[in-house]
Amino acid sequence: MGILDSIPHVSAVLSHRPWPRAVVTEAGWRAAIDRLVEGGLTLLGFWGEPAAVHMAMLDAGSAEIAVVTYECTAGAFPSVARRHPPALRLERTIHDLFGLVPTVADDLRPWLDHYVWGKSYPLSGRNASRDVRPYQFLPAEGEALHQVAVGPVHAGIIEPGHFRFTANGEHVVRLEQWLGYTHKGIESLMQGASLEAAAKLANRTSGDSAVAYAFAFARAAEAALDIEVPRRATYLRALMAELERLANHFGDIGAICNDASFALMHAQTGILRERALRAADAAFGHRLMMDVVVPGGVARDIAPDGITALRTLLAEIEKVFPRLIELYDNTASLQDRTVTTGIVKADYARQFGAGGYVGRASGRDFDARRTLAYAPYDQLSFEVPVLEAGDVNARVWLRIREVEQSVTLIAQILDLMEPGEIRNAPPAGRGACEGLALTEAFRGDVLAWLRLDDEGCVQRCHLRDASWFQWPLLETAIEGNIIADFPLCNKSFNCSYSGADL
Amino acid sequence: MRKTLLESLTHGSLTEPAPAPDDSALAELATKVDRAAQARLGRSLAIRQVDAGSCNGCELEIHALSNAFYDIERFGLRFVASPRHADVLLVTGPVTKNMRQALERTYNATPDPKWVVAVGGCAADGGIFKGSYACVGGVSEVVPVDLHIKGCPPTPTDLLKGLLALLEHVSGKG
Repeated sequence: MGILDSIPHVSAVLSHRPWPRAVVTEAGWRAAIDRLVEGGLTLLGFWGEPAAVHMAMLDAGSAEIAVVTYECTAGAFPSVARRHPPALRLERTIHDLFGLVPTVADDLRPWLDHYVWGKSYPLSGRNASRDVRPYQFLPAEGEALHQVAVGPVHAGIIEPGHFRFTANGEHVVRLEQWLGYTHKGIESLMQGASLEAAAKLANRTSGDSAVAYAFAFARAAEAALDIEVPRRATYLRALMAELERLANHFGDIGAICNDASFALMHAQTGILRERALRAADAAFGHRLMMDVVVPGGVARDIAPDGITALRTLLAEIEKVFPRLIELYDNTASLQDRTVTTGIVKADYARQFGAGGYVGRASGRDFDARRTLAYAPYDQLSFEVPVLEAGDVNARVWLRIREVEQSVTLIAQILDLMEPGEIRNAPPAGRGACEGLALTEAFRGDVLAWLRLDDEGCVQRCHLRDASWFQWPLLETAIEGNIIADFPLCNKSFNCSYSGADL
Repeated sequence: MRKTLLESLTHGSLTEPAPAPDDSALAELATKVDRAAQARLGRSLAIRQVDAGSCNGCELEIHALSNAFYDIERFGLRFVASPRHADVLLVTGPVTKNMRQALERTYNATPDPKWVVAVGGCAADGGIFKGSYACVGGVSEVVPVDLHIKGCPPTPTDLLKGLLALLEHVSGKG
């Protein structure tokens, strides 16, 4: 039974590919929320337009996806967050950008809007102003509690965001995040952009996941335009995606250990990360491989000596990495910091649909590469490691196991790749059409949704980072831990600020 | 652990020779650096990085400066946790309006003499995010900039070249 069979809807949008989108009545919208609350469906995305809101939902059992749309004829929609908390930040964002009002919302504080844009509801297309109110953090009351305010400018070389801790002595009673500092207005810049310009923005939504974003954006555009991508291009894309995953996982494993004052691991994985970036540069002409994945395929083929560079990288990893795993596993002082620290409950991971290592370290068995089996992962053999402990240690091990999988994936691709075309240029316009795609970035699934106009330009595009559903779980993971363990917990999540601030 | 440590000692160093300071950076700095400050700082600069709304690509490459290949600390350049300890602010991003005040405050918290280095295409003029309702567009719109290091993102070598040019000037060699 399809997702939409159990949700009363008015009409299906024919040009939406590859999964269906349907316009629903209020009863349908509420039925969709019911399915999310029951746990039968997982919220994949929730975004707005000037007069409509959309929810993308996943049936994890059947790997089916559907989008439901509620038309806000009166500028309002029934609140999702009131009954399904994972929707809260997205709902506040919809209100900030479009001025649509969730009824009846328990929490309608601004999220991205810090009252400095010079206008309210910037994507609503109308001039309305909003009352400026000081941001109120949620209360935590009790004897001897004190607050610690951190950020937006942090002590390290990291992105900006504000953390408000309420602590009892050393123990964190409540953490509340307030983000939005890196909000660049990407959705507004996307409007009217050519596919090429929009793809560049997608690459720079979260620089550490440039390939994953470009991949998701390209696949959404290809779905909308209903075009095929040459097989060689799909292999090249996966090659870049796995290289990106390797580089980030190396960086993270080292940085987590560094936050437990174990600098040796940081130095060693820093070398592997640099080698991965240099191999990426040799193979694709850019260390972060920006702007190589484009709608229709890839912009350029792998350099002639790129394959050698990649094979050398794999050999180096196979030589060095096992020893680093042993180093992690056998250093008791390090394990003392990571084991049982910052536990994410399995129930929360499931409810929030947390992707990536955050979800998989807490038993949520989802990886877009396998569950949705997009090309070329349907042709490749790999395992998706899943752990149950949900602590910092589990998130480190998840990354270690994923490094091993990425190494075998790259080796397979290098063996399977045959000469051929690398791009089917998108047609100059095929009438208005819509596409949706998910790809697995190193930190979890990235969702890209777009609508193209008659000329093939982007009319609307929404990109949803995995961090939207991970950041709130960090608030739960730190509870009861000491403040000094926050950097460790935070690094083990390594959520994107830019990706979620848009 | 012993094996790993021992191997680091016996195998040659990965650290690469320093690149030459960037010529265009030297030219940009020539008119800006105050000679009086040079004597006070010697060959050492403390850097405070400020992300003013970047996509985090620049941060990744700034991080790379500390790895074994570039080893930025050998030049007397080091990253510090507070603007109060800093000589240089290394600013990335198109300066989102939501970060404008934080950037101004960080600048004001940095003691004189100080330099501001704008890193990346966004920091120069807003780059790809220019024209957005949410971006100021360019670090120099908010605080005075002494040096621009271009690139999207600049490679660690580009960053080193720019920072070495700054160091040369500050220490009076330029």
